[in-house]
Amino acid sequence: MIDTLLATLRRIGGRTVDRVWRMGVAARFFLLVLLHSGPSFRRFHLIVREIFTAGVLSLIIILVSGLFVGMVLGLQGYETLQTYGAEESLGVLVSLSLVRELGPVVAALLFASRAGSAITAEIGLMKATEQIAAMEMMAVDPIARVVAPRFWGAVISMPLLAALFSAMGVVGGYLVGVVLIGVDEGSFWSQMQAAVDFQEDILNGVIKSVVFGIAITIIALFEGYDAPPTAEGVSRATTRTVVTSSLAILGLDFVLTAFMFRGV
Amino acid sequence: MSDNLIEIRDLSFAYGPRQVLKDINLNARRGQVIAIMGNSGCGKTTLLRLIGGALRPTSGSLLVDGTEMGQLDQAGLYRLRRRMGMLFQFGALFTDMSVFDNVAFQLREHTDLPEAMIRDLVFMKLNAVGLRGAHDLMPSELSGGMARRVALARSIALDPMLILYDEPFAGLDPISLGVTGNLIRRMTDTLGMTSIVVTHDVQESLKMVDYVYFVSEGVIVAQGAPAEIKDSPLPYVHQFVHGEENGPVPFHYPAPDYALDLGLAA
Repeated sequence: MIDTLLATLRRIGGRTVDRVWRMGVAARFFLLVLLHSGPSFRRFHLIVREIFTAGVLSLIIILVSGLFVGMVLGLQGYETLQTYGAEESLGVLVSLSLVRELGPVVAALLFASRAGSAITAEIGLMKATEQIAAMEMMAVDPIARVVAPRFWGAVISMPLLAALFSAMGVVGGYLVGVVLIGVDEGSFWSQMQAAVDFQEDILNGVIKSVVFGIAITIIALFEGYDAPPTAEGVSRATTRTVVTSSLAILGLDFVLTAFMFRGV
Repeated sequence: MSDNLIEIRDLSFAYGPRQVLKDINLNARRGQVIAIMGNSGCGKTTLLRLIGGALRPTSGSLLVDGTEMGQLDQAGLYRLRRRMGMLFQFGALFTDMSVFDNVAFQLREHTDLPEAMIRDLVFMKLNAVGLRGAHDLMPSELSGGMARRVALARSIALDPMLILYDEPFAGLDPISLGVTGNLIRRMTDTLGMTSIVVTHDVQESLKMVDYVYFVSEGVIVAQGAPAEIKDSPLPYVHQFVHGEENGPVPFHYPAPDYALDLGLAA
């Protein structure tokens, strides 16, 4: 009895130590990426290439999802606001929900599964096929040449994608609310304009998406770089990227929201 | 300048508690092709990685062009590696770049040469391996033997003094096998390089190398010119060279009695 209890405790302890240790390694990896970022800014075309693979290629899923989320917000919002005779405020509801929360969070979740998983799989396979080792043998630092450009490419793409997501969402809300249901167009736009604050709402949303972008990308890069060089290892690492970064996005969102919007 | 590009004295290496290499002594004269042979898992690839500086010796000395590898820092190692090339087992070409960009990689990373000159250099290297016409293909469009040759062109891009080959013959058809073997020999001679070939392909490598080291379970058990190795009386080398099923390396993995395992024994 005591023995099994002890064994269980030991196992939990061991796992916790493992996790914490891995987080430490990931933090050092993050630092290393920042330290080796200089060369990629001197050769900005490397970053532009990654903005294309991470950002431009994610556009379709981000834009379509944004449109639909906005359309659903329009439908649901109208239902609720109508009860209080406040359907004119539909523009405010749609835009604030998107700019503050849904834009950064949903775009980040989509980005993690679209671009994050691709980054992990690519780096993991580069390692499995000895491309990383070959680069080191050619006296080229893979952190500076492979990892850092991908990091900055994705971090730059994330807030832009979140902004596009929100913009498409507003268009979706407009289509459903104004064009389909017939809410007054003037009050839809003017109330939105009056209620959305640049500093308070938009800037905070952008800060959120930057933080999410950093979290997703560093998780994706670390998982790829740390993956065992086998088919199974890479597939597990890819799964872990999506799971870990989704949880990180939601957790960070709560923390950031608590700091930014305290009902003032 | 010493005659030997590589001098290894009493080198040992262990992964944690597991001893992989013991008391290795090895010399590679400039301009020679040296083969390191042995069965899978004998430690020959580890030896190659030690020479390339990817691992550090646990004890002993490893000199490459007079530099003690164990004492180099990252910058020093990278400086030395600019004069080294390595051919990986399956080429390890960068899959997101064309053949041309793969060969141009080091030239672009380490030099400020104008693009026109890089183009000429890349075409010269590709021509040497017979693949100038394939310069705009992607690695996924190449056969195994072609990929190996592109990787060879890539590793000689900066005219290195030393090239390390990790199993260059693995998985090649007989024609590619002969082509690759000839290329290694010809490159070494015409470019004045030194080549270290890790392989278990006896027939192909004995044709082209100058000197052979035989590794078994982490120690060098035999060495000599190809002719001496072919006629070696040592049972292990004899079994290896002639590909015999039984000898010092048994066919069967250690197992309990066969009859007992089948439940036939009383």
